[in-house]
Amino acid sequence: MNKTPFSMHVNVDDFIPATEDEKSYMVQMRPSTTFFKDGMKRLLKNKIATASLIIIILITLASIVLPAFWPYSYDQMLGVVPRKPVDPSYNNLSPFQYGETELERMAEGEKIFPHVFGTDSAGRDYFIRVVYGTRISLSVGFFASIIVLVIGMTIGSLAGYIGGKVDLIIMRIVDIIYSLPDTLMVILLASVMKVTLGPLIEDTVLASLGSNIISLFIVFALLYWVSMARLIRGQILSLREQEYVLAAQATGARAGWVIRKHLLPNCISVVIISTALQIPNAIFTESYLSFLGLGVNAPMPSLGSLASDALNGISSYPYRLIIPAVVISLIVLSLNLFGDGLRDAFDPKLKS
Amino acid sequence: MNAKTLMYILKRIALAVLTVWVVITVTFFVMRAVPGGPFMGEKAITEAALEALEAKYGMDKPLMTQYVTYLKDIVTRLDFGPSLKLRGRMVVDVIADGMKTSAKLGLVAAACALSIGVVLGAVAALQRNKIVDKVIMVFTTAFVSMPSFIMGSLLLIAFAVTWPIFPANGETAKGLVLPVVTLALYPMAYTTRLTRSSMLDVLGQDFIRTAKAKGVSAPKIIFGHALKNALIPVITYCGPMLAYIVTGSLVVEQIFAIPGIGRAFVSSITGRDYPMIMGTTIVLAVLIVVMNLVSDILYKLVDPRITLE
Repeated sequence: MNKTPFSMHVNVDDFIPATEDEKSYMVQMRPSTTFFKDGMKRLLKNKIATASLIIIILITLASIVLPAFWPYSYDQMLGVVPRKPVDPSYNNLSPFQYGETELERMAEGEKIFPHVFGTDSAGRDYFIRVVYGTRISLSVGFFASIIVLVIGMTIGSLAGYIGGKVDLIIMRIVDIIYSLPDTLMVILLASVMKVTLGPLIEDTVLASLGSNIISLFIVFALLYWVSMARLIRGQILSLREQEYVLAAQATGARAGWVIRKHLLPNCISVVIISTALQIPNAIFTESYLSFLGLGVNAPMPSLGSLASDALNGISSYPYRLIIPAVVISLIVLSLNLFGDGLRDAFDPKLKS
Repeated sequence: MNAKTLMYILKRIALAVLTVWVVITVTFFVMRAVPGGPFMGEKAITEAALEALEAKYGMDKPLMTQYVTYLKDIVTRLDFGPSLKLRGRMVVDVIADGMKTSAKLGLVAAACALSIGVVLGAVAALQRNKIVDKVIMVFTTAFVSMPSFIMGSLLLIAFAVTWPIFPANGETAKGLVLPVVTLALYPMAYTTRLTRSSMLDVLGQDFIRTAKAKGVSAPKIIFGHALKNALIPVITYCGPMLAYIVTGSLVVEQIFAIPGIGRAFVSSITGRDYPMIMGTTIVLAVLIVVMNLVSDILYKLVDPRITLE
């Protein structure tokens, strides 16, 4: 064979077709896995996290689907029929009991949908109120976390990437908000905004949500973004020293591009985990405020306000407190366990 | 204590003072932003009466003057002005009255939470992955996921309604048992988990192995070496724990009808007693900020290796 490097002679051996044996080396035995797939695999192996996820999905689906074909609505007082005196026999029904007119109709052979959890003191079907309350609590938790995520991510990544004076000022503000006693401030802001927002949002789309929920969102947006911002800033500070960021900057990428395309995708696991753990926190706070009478506007129920209402008749109807209590604890517990599972699966470094 | 530690402590105190000032300022301006002012109650009020009232409470002056006066009154005389709903009573007196009951409740709860939590956490760590550890972890996970108002209500149903062992209102010593348990369960569960994980961390360190190799007795290793070091993170939890107990007492005092500062706060919110809301928020906030400050500084002093920002 010709070994002279500058010779124009071609090595004919290189062009012999590959044998079957050689080809088999190239066959991919196992497709390479992405970061997301890998994490999901680890997550699904975790039995507790999977069970929690199933519980969350079931509760969420139930709270979305059930009100659509339940024959009663959450604010319908069953004893109140137009042009007739109020029928008090519908108030405070025990589970699976019926009101007087319903009993008459049943005697005539009509089928009446049972009141699974009975009715409350105003004659409203309690089951659908619990389902609706779950829906409210879940959506408050979810949207509040999204708001926190967006604000915290924007401010945190800007502070981390720009650095210098901007970072210093933002982090001092974060320090102060962080050391504020959050629950007290939430109560203060919620109690004031309840009064202030009412007239402001009248006649808008927001009015149907109720001023209390909006004020809850605003309070979350004002106070709870700081820990997310701190977290993301820390991540970005270490990520921005990487070579690929330098390479991007050298080819003329702008700050926004680098943050969106290079930095944020690399701290996505931290973001997902802390958002997942933020949701039960928000549900906790909402139910706490509802319990103090600062949560959702009546007659809209939330799990916290249902528990709070039930406290008045606690000796006669303890189940009315126990039902929302169990639901809320179940939601918070499974979200917490699922968040822990997410952390273990997607960020083994963070494992505590 | 070196110059760096001193610097840290001074910085931390400055931050605390700044925080308190922010709380007072936010509270003041937020309350003044309420439409209609504090006198627009359920009853209609004449123009002249409104003016007289505003003059009496100094609310006819410019906003900044009012703010400076308010700040000065708090700093120099601890004066939050008179309550609007409780005739003839000063806010600071109402707070002081409520504080006596609430402090008793809160301190007992904090002491229970810390002592039981540390013991349970240490036991769980020493019995790692055995049945005792698993039982402790299951219960603490459940307690951490249960809001205090639900815990309180369930305890009320169980031990005051179904089996009337304890009275439902917490005015007597026996009546304080359920509120204390309600308040203490969450911080206790948290302390347990914290102690367990830091204890496990310490037990895996080299100096424990050295002590074992030297033939130090097991109790001496556990108490003298492991627990002593494992307790350091628990110190940092003291601040947040107090914050939890303060906010938890708002609902617990409501549930068990305890005449403390929490109940006064909640009724001032529903009754729109603005000076009372402001005063209580500020006092409770100062309490929490100071406790956080103390626990941070203690943490630094106990273990000088720790570098905090």
